[in-house]
Amino acid sequence: MVHAVNGISFHLDEGELLAVVGESGSGKSVAMMSLMQLLPMPPAEIASGRVNFQGQDLVKLKASQIRQVRGSRIGFVFQDPMTSLNPVFTVGYQVMEPLREHMGLSKKQARQRAIELLELVGIPAARQRIDDYPHQFSGGMRQRVVIAIALACDPKVLIADEPTTALDVTVQAQILELIKELRQKLGMAIIWITHDLGVAAGIADRIVVMYGGQIVEHAHVDDLFDDPQHPYTRALLDSLPGRHEAHEKLRSIAGQPPLLLSQPEFCPFSARCKHVFDKCLRQNPPLIAVDGDHRAACWWDPETGGPRDVA
Amino acid sequence: MSLETAMARPTHHVPSDETLVSIDNLKVHFPIHKGILRRKAGAVRAVDGLTFEIKKGETLGLVGESGCGKSTTGRALLRLYRASDGRIIFDGTDIASLEGDALRRQRPRMQMIFQDPQASLNPRMTVGAIIAEPLVEHGVMDAKGRKARVRELLDAVGLNPDYVNRYPHEFSGGQRQRIGIARALALDPEFIVCDEPIAALDVSIQAQVVNLLEDLQAKLGLTYLFISHDLSMVKHIADRVAVMYLGKIVELADVETLFASPKHPYTKALLSAVPVPDPKVEANRRRIILTGDIPDPANPPAGCRFCTRCPEVFDRCRVEEPAWREVQPGRFAACHRVEGGEASSAT
Repeated sequence: MVHAVNGISFHLDEGELLAVVGESGSGKSVAMMSLMQLLPMPPAEIASGRVNFQGQDLVKLKASQIRQVRGSRIGFVFQDPMTSLNPVFTVGYQVMEPLREHMGLSKKQARQRAIELLELVGIPAARQRIDDYPHQFSGGMRQRVVIAIALACDPKVLIADEPTTALDVTVQAQILELIKELRQKLGMAIIWITHDLGVAAGIADRIVVMYGGQIVEHAHVDDLFDDPQHPYTRALLDSLPGRHEAHEKLRSIAGQPPLLLSQPEFCPFSARCKHVFDKCLRQNPPLIAVDGDHRAACWWDPETGGPRDVA
Repeated sequence: MSLETAMARPTHHVPSDETLVSIDNLKVHFPIHKGILRRKAGAVRAVDGLTFEIKKGETLGLVGESGCGKSTTGRALLRLYRASDGRIIFDGTDIASLEGDALRRQRPRMQMIFQDPQASLNPRMTVGAIIAEPLVEHGVMDAKGRKARVRELLDAVGLNPDYVNRYPHEFSGGQRQRIGIARALALDPEFIVCDEPIAALDVSIQAQVVNLLEDLQAKLGLTYLFISHDLSMVKHIADRVAVMYLGKIVELADVETLFASPKHPYTKALLSAVPVPDPKVEANRRRIILTGDIPDPANPPAGCRFCTRCPEVFDRCRVEEPAWREVQPGRFAACHRVEGGEASSAT
């Protein structure tokens, strides 16, 4: 059994953008998919935990109830716009689908609203293009369509899973601009899953860093980049090109991410950590408050270079 | 020079002024066939007239967005695609026109590292067989020599030599890429095309592989063409950088010069779009947001290829294609807005 996500807790305030950063296999997508019961169950199983959304526990909802939340109050944008759009339906049909399902609009009203939405996400000549199929759009335009669908029912929360990873940098810049604009206009909260610290630095209010199925650090965006606490975050920032002198060697993190085959009894990063000591192997550190909202799951204190003083 | 003695005395990697590969007006067109008779209806002009040089011992970064022709360029340089036009002079020999045996004799000198280590390693061959395959193909050693060579190569790329009998699925992504690198090194090449070698890897693993490539270059005096869309990594590894857009190189310069003061409007937009992992920088920078999409390479716009999206476009751009010129010593660009230099005859 793979313990993909182990005991993570976080909150999302109204209107804020929370970036979830981690490498592949760190559990970031699984965690966010499980919020909405989007994992195939079985084989997946939510062993324990609660997801409190506007006073409702989403984990306890029945399939029919969660369907009313998905796509209406919580919207989704996935990584690859080609696989998240259905190739045999027109773009207009796919934007209209949630409007008719959740908002009960008539066909005519839904079409009108779909055109507005496509204009909102910056698709030129939306009225002419609404009857086109996904393959007639470029990658960036397809991702705009997916965003339009996610926004269709005016969600409170938008979950975006690596929405710009499959796109070129100049197109990624377009989408990031669009998201900033939409946040100002619509004010929804966003969970933005990414592996790119540069993207997170540009758009996030708060950042959660995941490693080995756990949250290892949580901080406001400025604090995380100014004063990273967890050795993994520090090593990750250190391994990026451009943070050091030109032609200096990159500082790589030796070793491989852990296989999550059992309940973690020790720190998941201990095998690759430069600062590991005996306590790390005996006890898995919980998130420890460092400075106000800034929390790190680590027994080591970068300030003193020794074990963290935990009451 | 054997790998072992080379590994024992590392030197610093210093690119020389000697030219290793010289590319003159390289074109690669892929025909489009239509109808029942499969008549030729046009061509995708994937690479359309490139002129540049790669110096011995340097890393030339080749950047651009998907579909701009950077991978096609890399493959054409190794003759994995036939050039439709132009010359590729590799150490004095025009390999664009070589055929058969003569071409095959050149092949060991140039190798490739592929993007996806999952797809480029045969899952049914052991690591030992994968790395030994180029040696078998070119018949350079006997079985015993090959065995020793494979172990030496595994060691050189940071893998345990006892892994020779394992299969690719037993390795992680970063380790698989190391196997691909070991295979590329097997025949002691001088020139390696690295086609997005780190794009499929995680951030913390990318640094490991880039460091390995740099170490090997310093020790073995390799010349790299480093194809990537990751500009921050290219800035780190490359000595000079060429920027491609829709089948053409629009700008080529030293890495410092290019990143400090890009001249071509596309380079400016591309560099401004790269996210910087620093929230303070991100909060204050102005991005140049390009509108529209990359045009169809089968039907590129008249005049400058970038004229449909260029923020600095003017009338002349839509009629006359800008020439590829050396605008300052060692610095090339193709843009009507960029001053200086004489038009070169090649384009």
